[in-house]
Amino acid sequence: MGGIALDKPDAMSGRNLHDLGGDCCAGGAMALAAASGLQADYHSFLDADPTAFVQKDEQGNAMLYLLVENMHCANCIKNIEGALSSNPAVEEARVNFSTRRLFVRWQEDLEAAADLLKPVIALGYPLTPYNPEMMQSASAEEDRKLLRALAVAGFAAANVMLLSVSVWAGLFSEDMGPATRDFLHWISAMIALPAVAYAGQPFFKSAMGALKAGHLNMDVPISLAVVLAAGLSLSETIQSGEHAYFDASVTLLFFLLIGRYLDKAARSKARSAAERLLLLKSVAATIIDDNGERRTVPVEAVLPGTRVQVAVGDRLPVDGVVSSGRSDIDVSLVTGESLPAIAKIGEPVFAGTLNLSAPLEITTTKTGDDTLLGDIVRLMEAAEQGRAKYVRLADRIAHYYAPVVHILAAVTFAGWWVFGTDWQVALIQAVAVLIITCPCALGLAVPVVQVVASGRLLGKGILVKAADGLERLAQIDTVVFDKTGTLTEGRLDLLNRNQIIEDDLALASRMTRQSRHPLAMAVTRAGPLAGEELEVAEIPGCGLQAIVDGVDVKLGNRDWCGLSEDIQSDDGFVGPELWLARAGSAPVHFQFRDHLRPGAEKMISNLKKQGFKVELLSGDRRSVVENIAADLGIDNWLAQQRPEDKVARLKAMAETGQKVVMVGDGLNDAPALSAAYVSISPASAADVSQTAADFIFQGRDLEAVTESIAVARKSRRLVLQNFSLAFTYNAIAVPMAVAGMVTPLFAAIAMSASSLIVCLNSMRLKRAGREDRI
Amino acid sequence: MNVLIYLIPAALFLGALGLVAFLWSLRSGQYEDLDGAANRILIDDEEDP
Repeated sequence: MGGIALDKPDAMSGRNLHDLGGDCCAGGAMALAAASGLQADYHSFLDADPTAFVQKDEQGNAMLYLLVENMHCANCIKNIEGALSSNPAVEEARVNFSTRRLFVRWQEDLEAAADLLKPVIALGYPLTPYNPEMMQSASAEEDRKLLRALAVAGFAAANVMLLSVSVWAGLFSEDMGPATRDFLHWISAMIALPAVAYAGQPFFKSAMGALKAGHLNMDVPISLAVVLAAGLSLSETIQSGEHAYFDASVTLLFFLLIGRYLDKAARSKARSAAERLLLLKSVAATIIDDNGERRTVPVEAVLPGTRVQVAVGDRLPVDGVVSSGRSDIDVSLVTGESLPAIAKIGEPVFAGTLNLSAPLEITTTKTGDDTLLGDIVRLMEAAEQGRAKYVRLADRIAHYYAPVVHILAAVTFAGWWVFGTDWQVALIQAVAVLIITCPCALGLAVPVVQVVASGRLLGKGILVKAADGLERLAQIDTVVFDKTGTLTEGRLDLLNRNQIIEDDLALASRMTRQSRHPLAMAVTRAGPLAGEELEVAEIPGCGLQAIVDGVDVKLGNRDWCGLSEDIQSDDGFVGPELWLARAGSAPVHFQFRDHLRPGAEKMISNLKKQGFKVELLSGDRRSVVENIAADLGIDNWLAQQRPEDKVARLKAMAETGQKVVMVGDGLNDAPALSAAYVSISPASAADVSQTAADFIFQGRDLEAVTESIAVARKSRRLVLQNFSLAFTYNAIAVPMAVAGMVTPLFAAIAMSASSLIVCLNSMRLKRAGREDRI
Repeated sequence: MNVLIYLIPAALFLGALGLVAFLWSLRSGQYEDLDGAANRILIDDEEDP
């Protein structure tokens, strides 16, 4: 049970990769276990104001689009759709499992949105309404257009190739009459010309855009080659000539569209992941008005000076000053400190931190963008803008490739003309050069590797969020880690369990069961589940108190338990601790420690062995950071770093020419994640950090970092190999084209062969992955 | 070779049929939830009484 609850499904992709099949869902049990609190989920659903998102269709039925969390498997689909369709008011309920969305259409006069969806939330699937117009950005429509173009090009390529093969066969057997050949050419023209006009549009548009802006991009030679090949073939056909390149122009389009589609799909996947995160961030605040009444309002409506009530276990919605109450506040997300801070009356508290032990009332000082959280987001955006825009490898090559191709074609035309041939023949040769140099393999070289690499990483629970993330990750030479939550689990565990008598531990764990304080939760995890509940008083900043068998028992810090400084445990332990004190027996010392993630040591030593520089930047206190750094063998570390310090440090490293990958999870790391050359976050990270990071890994094992770097380097190697294969092909084919030896048959074979070789070479990455696993 | 007059249009017609079928499936949203489709086959049909 505990294990499941801790292993929250990845909020990022919403996909829990490792349990899609087997262990999920006896009737949605996983979802129920992962849901934080059904009541709280229902209230946050109401706070998001679902009625505002309801739309009407033509029949007057209400329609609502929702994001669904905690979906794992087929049973989840069945549960959600089943729960809704059993309601007679529902006309249609459809889950989209890929995008984790739900669409409901129902008769609104029979049932209100909130009542309709309550059963689904009760099953453990938190819902957030959204506006489909906001989500379905232009990209979805573009994806479809590209897919349609791909289909048309594929159809044309297959059929034109069929006809071309007959023409070539006729050329060899020499028994095809000119009439038949012309007939076949005309039919090819009738298929190819409309297909080029339709399927070529993505390239033509981009080429026109580039030309208008006075640039050259890869699409300019592509468009030229396709259009000229089609036009030239048409004029050949009209003159009943022997050579027509219809097949070349449509196959070219087909191959290039495949590359373009793969590229696009990777990008829109990354984008939709980010969109989800932004939409899930809906928060409400409970305010107390002048009459002492409590109301729940959207956090944007809270004004400075308003009193806000924060229940135990809630995140603070605004920055403020504590006006009544006293509690422990988990600030780890904001500062990286692993122990909670004590909030007393008059002390400032910050939005985004978590209230642990007692209800608080705070007077708002800052809201929205002015809060510390808002500052961090702004810092992050500034860092993002400051980062030099990365130009992708393919685009950099295109920058040089396009002019060379055009000059080559022009030289060919001039050469043939000067040496006394007809200008028409010269033009045919120039077009042949354009066709043969058309970067078919280049267009596939990057996208295919990208898709194979992302697939391999996804299999290990690593999500590639930025489309160019792999390329950037392959270049890094320095790895910078955050401490809390990244190198460590971000969770304190009982260290000296073996030294504590079983009865003491049982007593302590009976006391801690209700508390959300990290130390108390650590005791609960370590202790047995047996024993009845106790009546426990939680005194924020001190500890827990209960009466057991008439004896007053205290579990808390040293001063509060009434122990003097000189009672020391013999091992000289420094760090988070608790004492269990009761009349008539010696105090028991509980020692805690934030455990390292599994694989942390191995990963650091691996990275160092591979020659990477490793550095630790933490917001935690000096002594803690020093200990961890010593344990892991990290020589360079900095403690008590504020978010802006981290950004400054990363900028300084970038200025000395270091390429840094930042691995971090906290809110305080988000600006640093944006500032770094490339960044990685665990799936347990704060939403903002996940949005900022280029890679997200699931699970606890830090091995993911080395794995990502290894795959990125391997894919870079493959991409470069692909490029050199494509260039080798050009080095052979281009001189032949310039010399006028390229026939349509030769062009078709050479082009398809080079594309195939590039694809096959990319697939090697997949095979290498399989060998690793065995 | 006159047979080509019938055969080529016949071949093109069949090919075009496939293209239209694909475009129809695209339009009717069959490519929007590929993971869902893979999972839905595991759901048992409601038993008819």
